[in-house]
Amino acid sequence: MTEVQQHWDPIFGRLTLSQVPYDNLIVCFAFFFAATLGLVILGALTYYRKWGYFWREWLTTIDHKRIGIMYAVVGTVMLFRGFVDAIMMRTQQVMAAGPASPGYLGAEHGYLPPYHYDQIYGSHGTIMLIFAATPLLAGFMNFLVPLQIGARDMAFPYINALAFWLTAVGAALTMLSLFVGDFSHAGWVGLAPLTELPYSPDVGVDYWSWAIQIGSVGTTLGAVNIITTIIKMRAPGMTWMRLPLFTWTSLTTNVIGLTAFPVLGVAIGLLSLDRYFDTHFYTTGMGGNFMLYTDLFWIWGHPEVYFIILPSWGIMSEIIPTFSQKKLFGYPVMVAATLSIGCISWTVWLHHFFTMGAGPIVNGFYSVATMLVAIPTGVKVFDWALTMVRGRVTFPTPMLWAVSAIFMQIIGGWTGMMLAIPAINYMTHNGVFVIAHFHCVVMVTVFAVIGGTTFWFPKVFGFTLHETSGKWVFWLLVGGTFIVFTAMFILGLTGMPRRLAYVPYASWWPILAIEELGVFVDIAALGAFIYQMWVSIRDRELNKAGRDPWGTSRSLEWMTHSPVPAYNFAVIPHVNARDEWAWRRDYRLHHVMPNEFKDIELPVNTPVPMFIGICSAAFGFAMIWRIWWLAIVSLVAMIAIVCLRSFGGSTGTTIPADEVRRLERLAARPSMRSRPETAIPEGVVVLGGGDAR
Amino acid sequence: MIVAGLHDDPPGPGTVLWADIDHEHDMMSTRMLGFWLYMLSDSLIFAALFAAYAVLSYPTSFMGGPTPRDVASPLYGYAETVVLFTSVFAYGMVMVKLRHDLPRAAIGWLLVSFLIGAFFIGMETHELRDVALAGGPPQRSGFLSIFWCVVVAHGVHLLFGLLWMLVMVAQIARDGFTQLVTYRLANLKVYWLYQGLIWTFVYTFVYLRGSI
Repeated sequence: MTEVQQHWDPIFGRLTLSQVPYDNLIVCFAFFFAATLGLVILGALTYYRKWGYFWREWLTTIDHKRIGIMYAVVGTVMLFRGFVDAIMMRTQQVMAAGPASPGYLGAEHGYLPPYHYDQIYGSHGTIMLIFAATPLLAGFMNFLVPLQIGARDMAFPYINALAFWLTAVGAALTMLSLFVGDFSHAGWVGLAPLTELPYSPDVGVDYWSWAIQIGSVGTTLGAVNIITTIIKMRAPGMTWMRLPLFTWTSLTTNVIGLTAFPVLGVAIGLLSLDRYFDTHFYTTGMGGNFMLYTDLFWIWGHPEVYFIILPSWGIMSEIIPTFSQKKLFGYPVMVAATLSIGCISWTVWLHHFFTMGAGPIVNGFYSVATMLVAIPTGVKVFDWALTMVRGRVTFPTPMLWAVSAIFMQIIGGWTGMMLAIPAINYMTHNGVFVIAHFHCVVMVTVFAVIGGTTFWFPKVFGFTLHETSGKWVFWLLVGGTFIVFTAMFILGLTGMPRRLAYVPYASWWPILAIEELGVFVDIAALGAFIYQMWVSIRDRELNKAGRDPWGTSRSLEWMTHSPVPAYNFAVIPHVNARDEWAWRRDYRLHHVMPNEFKDIELPVNTPVPMFIGICSAAFGFAMIWRIWWLAIVSLVAMIAIVCLRSFGGSTGTTIPADEVRRLERLAARPSMRSRPETAIPEGVVVLGGGDAR
Repeated sequence: MIVAGLHDDPPGPGTVLWADIDHEHDMMSTRMLGFWLYMLSDSLIFAALFAAYAVLSYPTSFMGGPTPRDVASPLYGYAETVVLFTSVFAYGMVMVKLRHDLPRAAIGWLLVSFLIGAFFIGMETHELRDVALAGGPPQRSGFLSIFWCVVVAHGVHLLFGLLWMLVMVAQIARDGFTQLVTYRLANLKVYWLYQGLIWTFVYTFVYLRGSI
């Protein structure tokens, strides 16, 4: 074991009271805010006697819909945290422009000392990509994929719950770093060799590495589950060429997740070996090679970009046909484009460091490979546009988000093509032009996620979101985003480097001030979002949604009730068309309900995934603080739990057919009630005929 | 129509709206597929490690310390290969006994496979101890770091496989060949054979290439 420079004792490792930054006003405020919120939630659970409900229905659930919602909650909380980090960075830069800028709170310029500022940009990137975007999209995939393919549950409900808990533990460790110890100051990419122990002697890098390590095990397990679900659990008649596009993108994205995250595990694992065992993988002396880290990291890092963007495109591909009242233009081409982007994502990683000096042939290869991405992406943009052409286009909030995401995609894509040229890259490397570029791309994800949330919210919770305030959120966030990143593009072309705690030129101040203005608009958007949630929840009885609140939606998830019952579909639908629900509506079959119910088998809840999650949290914490006894105990406990669980048989619970009938009657609203007399075409079998697949 | 589902037909005689039976998914093949996918992600771990080995096995990474030729003996590695594949063969016999529905014989072969596997771990430990004593601990140079890492990563995989074997011995003894036990045995077969496969890469890259 490597000797650390500071205090260490066998019981508490490196943990001492002085590691709690109670002398930092900003952290104290954050702690006060988080503690108050936490106490309010715990108090409410106790006051309303909801602990039993919380345990039974959420903590121990292995229902893919509940897990999807929990993913989304974790993602939303982390999105908020990452947003606050962004506000702090923008504010620091606008306050610290030019040598004459004053300093507050112990900083020479602005209000954040460089070491604190560095941790903030490290945590902003880590959180936004790994603990906000990834869980939010995992939430969508968890909730929607089984519904879209007509399945009762995932292939591995227990693994699915485990994946969620590991992701949540990763997020929790990141949050904990705020109050105990510090976070990595080496950027979300973990710039080697800065992350090596001599240059980062504190626990920050360890927090970063273990949070990512544990979270990405979760992502890998989740990928195994979703891929298997899509391959094996499809309803009869759901052929590959009938799969909704969101499911296609989920499949592709999880293939990326399955193959890319292990490489990240190796990249960061070798770094941890350097930090804990004094090895020399990435050190500058003793035969290490820190470009090895950069390569391994980006071999994961670039596919991860597509991991985040592909499901967002899937969401857009569901929203746009719905509000164009037309089937998606060029479906087979869209599928091919999705798969080819998944393949190309593996061949472009070197464009993140053209300036490494790999030589013109290597740079040229990766430059051309990067430009190839534009072809399938362009295909997608044209397909969305042509879906709208000659459609009956309406613009409720989800459609606004989807269409603006296309614009964002075009801006992000164009600037990406500029950056794909190594000559330009030599000018813009490590500059804010790059930052503006990739923020435009990840904003596609933000827009798609918010649009998707509005779109599927009634399916998840049974009532629609307030439309007018939703449009306020839209215009404010889109406006703020354009202000911030247009200004940032200009600064980037002026030559401003990224990650500056102090901006040396006062002449950049006006543009930084415009960025800050944009941030204020974004804060207003957050306010509008909170207002929208409050109004929507308050008026939920007025906004109750039927099966298909939009009236024009197309895929299987809209065939079942809102909110979706535990068994998803009372009777598994037999799929006859690509957009089955639209097909049934077109042929007036959408009122036809199944006339016969059978017992339904469902997996039973289990707290085991949560226990494994708790053990992994203890393990991560122990490794970060070098509390070896706790690390060993929790690791052994984790292995023991997995082994012992395998001795229990697989358990399920049965919902009897009568209960299903009763629940179905209860859920069917008057307008939706079964009316078998409404003109079923001759020969159509409502129920029966069996499995035609 | 060439591709099913490329065009949507209108409803007509024979159109089915709801699946009559709650169509049964084949649990065995579902779980096997899931395990194969896990093995794919595991392959990527080794792929990344081998890439790192390729980067760190140049003279600049030796730092004047032991070279691949000093730490890896192809003959000893060959003996290890034979031992490991004997264990894999013994596991193959477990699957034969499973097919013939002979739980006691299956337990016997599992234990044989376990013991030979444990012997392999012993050989590897002995070898690594010698390397460490001859001035080649992982802290010595970048090359030795990745050498130890590749060999130990494979060894840790084997340890988990051995633990899994013990669990299966207990489960066969308690339950016999139930569906759960059967698919776990099948997955362990994939896992164990795969560790043998990875070892052939370790042997080729580290031991044979290193001895040149």
